[in-house]
Amino acid sequence: MSVATIPKECTAANEGAKPLVRVNNLTVRFITRDRTIDAVNGVSFTVDAGEVLCILGESGSGKSVTLRAMMRLLPPHLTKISGEITVDDEDILSLGAPALSDLRGGEVAMIFQEPMTSFDPVFTIGNQIIETVKRHDGLSESDARKRALELLEMVQIPSPARRLDNYPHEMSGGMRQRAMIALALSCRPRLLLADEPTTALDATVQIQILQLLHRLQRELGMAVLFVTHDVGVAVEISDRIAVMYAGRFVETGPVRAVIREPQHPYTQGLLASTVNGAMRGKRLEAIPGSPVNLAALPPGCAFAPRCRHAEPACAVPPPETWIEPTRMVRCIRATPK
Amino acid sequence: MWFFIVRRVLYAVPILLGVSMVVFVLMKMVPGDAADIMIPPEAPKEVADMIRARFGLDQPAHIQYLRWLQAMASGDLGTSIFTNQPVAEELFGALANTMKIALPAVFLGFSLGVLLGALAAYYNGSWLDKLFSGVAIAGVSLPHYWVGMVLVAIFAVSLNILPGQGMGPEGFPTTWEHIQHLILPVVTLSLIPMGVISRLVRANVLEIRSMEFVSALQAKGLRGPRVLLHIMKNAAPSALALMGLQFGYLLGGSILVETVFNWPGSGSLLNLAIFRRDIPVLSATILVLATIFVVINILVDVLQALIDPRIRR
Ligand code: SF4
Repeated sequence: MSVATIPKECTAANEGAKPLVRVNNLTVRFITRDRTIDAVNGVSFTVDAGEVLCILGESGSGKSVTLRAMMRLLPPHLTKISGEITVDDEDILSLGAPALSDLRGGEVAMIFQEPMTSFDPVFTIGNQIIETVKRHDGLSESDARKRALELLEMVQIPSPARRLDNYPHEMSGGMRQRAMIALALSCRPRLLLADEPTTALDATVQIQILQLLHRLQRELGMAVLFVTHDVGVAVEISDRIAVMYAGRFVETGPVRAVIREPQHPYTQGLLASTVNGAMRGKRLEAIPGSPVNLAALPPGCAFAPRCRHAEPACAVPPPETWIEPTRMVRCIRATPK
Repeated sequence: MWFFIVRRVLYAVPILLGVSMVVFVLMKMVPGDAADIMIPPEAPKEVADMIRARFGLDQPAHIQYLRWLQAMASGDLGTSIFTNQPVAEELFGALANTMKIALPAVFLGFSLGVLLGALAAYYNGSWLDKLFSGVAIAGVSLPHYWVGMVLVAIFAVSLNILPGQGMGPEGFPTTWEHIQHLILPVVTLSLIPMGVISRLVRANVLEIRSMEFVSALQAKGLRGPRVLLHIMKNAAPSALALMGLQFGYLLGGSILVETVFNWPGSGSLLNLAIFRRDIPVLSATILVLATIFVVINILVDVLQALIDPRIRR
């Protein structure tokens, strides 16, 4: 079994040129009593139906915050979000609570970094999938259970019927992440948000999970917004890459172009630090200096303190430069080809 | 699961043996034995020895202990030296009386505690949180015999709408007549369980709410009540454990509260037994209460394991 149970009209391969996701000038601020953290500072992008966009960046670059903002999962009383997010023409930031919860897990689904902590430990895996299916598709208990079983088969969990009654702690990490993917895909999302879904796993399991995700993505034709700090993972799965630093995209473009000819000094540093652009599982750390403090951003280019090409002109914010129709670089040194 | 239950019950055996030993040693440490009390001092030594031999008091300590234990285990809790009544009768009568208020009190305390704790956590930081937390802290820290007296003064003396003394008619509480008598002592006894449980639930719910899986539950589109169900199921095991402990304490009876309400429960019985130096009553009461305490804890453990499978190990 694979896509058989997923109705054709929902797989939405490519319906014209209109992008599925449109994010315009997104900013996210965390406001606490003693400081304000500028986590995301004006991010704009689009994702087409069936496309995989990977946001690549160190921890603290704002990539996970961007992802969570897409579903408004950030604590509302601490967070100020502005800008515009639309998914399939729905304005996410102005949705009321009922419409938002309809969207979550339905049209837009999410998988998390740590499958152990993202399942409720006192409910069975089956229960947690079943409640989602029942919530969105209004199936009866027995139909929902059948569906959950098919989903576990789809993500290739061995002896799925038995696994349905397992609690999260009774599964291995890789198995749990497969179950998490099954859960996320249970209501045929058009957009999957993936928050470092392979980071917590062993290297061999990582590859299997990536391959599984990639296969399902193509079979179901869903768009994926994938967040990772791992260049190798990004190369493996994405169509386009957006490199994020200090809450801004500093370089975007088709994956091959960005990897072969990185333009932004930060991207160059990232790629150099992984030795071989396709090497997986390597932390990004070979760039001198420490990641920027989001509570006190420098006025100009945020990367300037660590950049070896920095010059006085970098003290004003560098504009986005489109060096090709599909490639953006935010650096004063970038010039259109 | 069965394995867990069996193991849990087996664990209880050494605990109970330990308790029985302590009780036995305490009994023996009190100067003089039962014979000294029964035999007039002027009785000839032979008679005294005969009586001792009849009660097995001339045997070495470990034999005496085993005999005593056997008697206890077979339900023969001995005879009160003061009233000459079988201990079992007095004890189970008193326990039943205590149960009449302890059971509703723990139920009330648990429900209110969970409710207030969850609401306080849900409205964390608001005035509602402060109000409920204040109620909880007051419940734990006010001396409850004092609260009992104040309640009697208000509802029994000033308003004269509830009885402040005694249990009313005998038997299982069914009529309003019965229930009337229960209200004030039950409310008084429920204060501590309510307070500690609500503090615990509040802290737990706050912690659980910040966990990743709650974001995941929201991310799959579950609505508020369903998410709350998940949170409460996670918070339940520790709240139940605390409830079990509190119930155990209440069964021991609160001497002060029972005195305030003139309630002939196990607290009063223990108190009397101490005053009268009624060793058989005292030792049997302690042993029975300890056994009940252990049984409650087993039940709570099993309940916890049913809710949270990670405990079944
Ligand atoms: S704008 Fe200046 S400081 Fe920033 S990356 Fe480019 S060269 Fe470096």
